Amino acid sequence: MLIKESPNIASSEITDQSVFKARRQIIKAAMGISVASMLPNSVSATDKRYQNIPVGPYSQDLQVTDFEDVSHYTNYYEFTTNKTDATVLAQGLQTSPWQVKIDGEVDKPGIYNLEDILKDNPLQQRIYRFRCVEAWSMVVPWIGFPLGELLKKFQPTSRAKFVEFTTLYNPRVMIGQGGDSLPWPYREGLRIDEAMHPLTLLATGMYDQELPKQNGAPLRLVVPWKYGFKSIKAIVRIRLLESMPATAWNQRAPGEYGFYANVNPEVPHPRWSQARERMLGASIFTPKRRTEKFNGYGEQVAALYRGMDLKKFF
Amino acid sequence: MQPSKQAWGLIKLAVFIVCLTPFLLLCLDTWQDNLGANPIEALHIRLGDWALRFLCLNLFLSPYKHLTGQHWVNRFRRMLGLYCFFYAFMHLLVYIVLDLSLSSQALLDEIRESPYILFGLITFVLLLPMAMTSSKNMQRRLGKNWKRLHSLIYPAAITAVLHYILLVKSDLNEPLIYADIVLILLAYRLIRHIKKQRIMVKTS
Repeated sequence: MLIKESPNIASSEITDQSVFKARRQIIKAAMGISVASMLPNSVSATDKRYQNIPVGPYSQDLQVTDFEDVSHYTNYYEFTTNKTDATVLAQGLQTSPWQVKIDGEVDKPGIYNLEDILKDNPLQQRIYRFRCVEAWSMVVPWIGFPLGELLKKFQPTSRAKFVEFTTLYNPRVMIGQGGDSLPWPYREGLRIDEAMHPLTLLATGMYDQELPKQNGAPLRLVVPWKYGFKSIKAIVRIRLLESMPATAWNQRAPGEYGFYANVNPEVPHPRWSQARERMLGASIFTPKRRTEKFNGYGEQVAALYRGMDLKKFF
Repeated sequence: MQPSKQAWGLIKLAVFIVCLTPFLLLCLDTWQDNLGANPIEALHIRLGDWALRFLCLNLFLSPYKHLTGQHWVNRFRRMLGLYCFFYAFMHLLVYIVLDLSLSSQALLDEIRESPYILFGLITFVLLLPMAMTSSKNMQRRLGKNWKRLHSLIYPAAITAVLHYILLVKSDLNEPLIYADIVLILLAYRLIRHIKKQRIMVKTS
C-alpha cells in the first residue's frame, strides 16, 4: 500500500465531505443490518443498496438514529397497531411490481410504473428530523426526490389546490385493514404549496438502501415539519384536487388530528402535551428534548402559514 | 384438609415470588437493553399493565369468595393489594424520574395539557392511603373506617381505566377489555349491595 505524505495529496484526491459522510452512513447501516441478522425473528434489510447518492439541499448534519430503532418501531395500522409486530407482518407485502395512479387536476394523468417514475427523478439523500404525534422523534437519512419535481412533470392545472395520497388497500395481506382502527384505505393530503415545497420528499429508501417494507416501501411521503402521520406509506395514488381532501386520521378523530398537523409545541394534542419529545435510541436517562415549532423547519416553511391561526388550523 | 400454618407460609412465599416475577423480568430486559427503540415507553406500559391487572385481581377476590365460598382468598388480599400499589408506584417513578427527569415544571405542564396524566395521578393518590393503612395494626386502629377507606379501590379502578383509555390513539381494544372487567366487577358489587338493602328493608 502506498502511503502518501501530506504535501503530495492533490486536492482532487481529498474525499469530499458529503462522500465521507455517506460512507459513514453505509458503515452505520451495515452494522445495523449485521446486528439485526443475529437477532432471532428479526428483519434484515433489503439487498438492494443505493450507492453514491448525493446529499440534497436542506439535509441537516444531525446524529442519525440507529437503523435498528427506525426499522423496528413503526406505526403502520394497515398491519397492526403494535409498533414492533408491524415489522414482521409487513414482510408479507409485495412491493414489486408497483404502480402509481396519478389523476385529478393534471394534464397528464395515468398509471405509471414505479421504475419509470424513479428513472426521471434523480435520487438524493436528506437527513431529516421526524416527529411523531405520540411525542417521540428520530433522525432519518431518507433517500428520495422532491415531490414537487414529480408533480410538475404531470402538469397540474390551475385548479389544482390540494394533493391527495392513498395507501394500498389489500386487507388479505394488510390484515389491520380488516379492523376499524382507521377508515381504509389510508388517505392523506397536502395543500399544493406544501406539496411543491422543496422540503417535501417522496422517499424510496433510507440508510443507503431500499425502504424496508415496514417503513413504507416502495414509495412513501416525508413531510419533515409535520407530525409523522402525514407521511403516508405505500402510495398507490396521487390525486390533484380543487378542494381539501378527507384524511384518515382527521376522519377518525377530527378534534384531535387536523388536516395541517404541523409540529407545534404551543398547541397540545387535546389529550397530551406536545411540548417535549423522547428521542428514540437515546439512553433512558437522557431528558426529553424540547419540541421545536415546525419541527425546526420554521425558517423554510413558516411563510406558508402567514396569517393563519395555527390553533384553529392545527 | 386444611393446610398447616407452615404450609400456608410456603404458599404465601410462592405467590409472593410469582407476583414479583413480572418486575424481575422487566429488570432483566432493562439490564440487557431488550426493551426496544423506546425503552421508557416499554417500561411504562409493562408496569402500568401489571398495576391494572393486580387492581382487577383485587376486585375479583370478593366476588370469587361469595360465589365459591372459598374464604382462603382473604389470606392473599393484602399482598395482592400491595402488589397493585407497588407496580403503580414503579410506573409513577419511571414517569417522574426517567420521563420528566424530575422537572417539576415539566410535570405541571403535563398535568395542565394532559387529562390522562391527571387521571393517572388521581389514581395514585387514591391508592396511597390504602397502601399506608394495609397493616393489621392500622386495620385494628381504624375499625369500621378501615373498610370505608378501602372502598377507595372502586373510584381508583375507574380513574385507572380512564387513564388508559385517554392515552390510546385509536385502537381502544385493550383498554376496553380492562374497562369491561372493572365494570362487571363493580356492577356485581352494586347489585349485591342493592339486594342486601332490600333484604334489610324486608326484615326490619
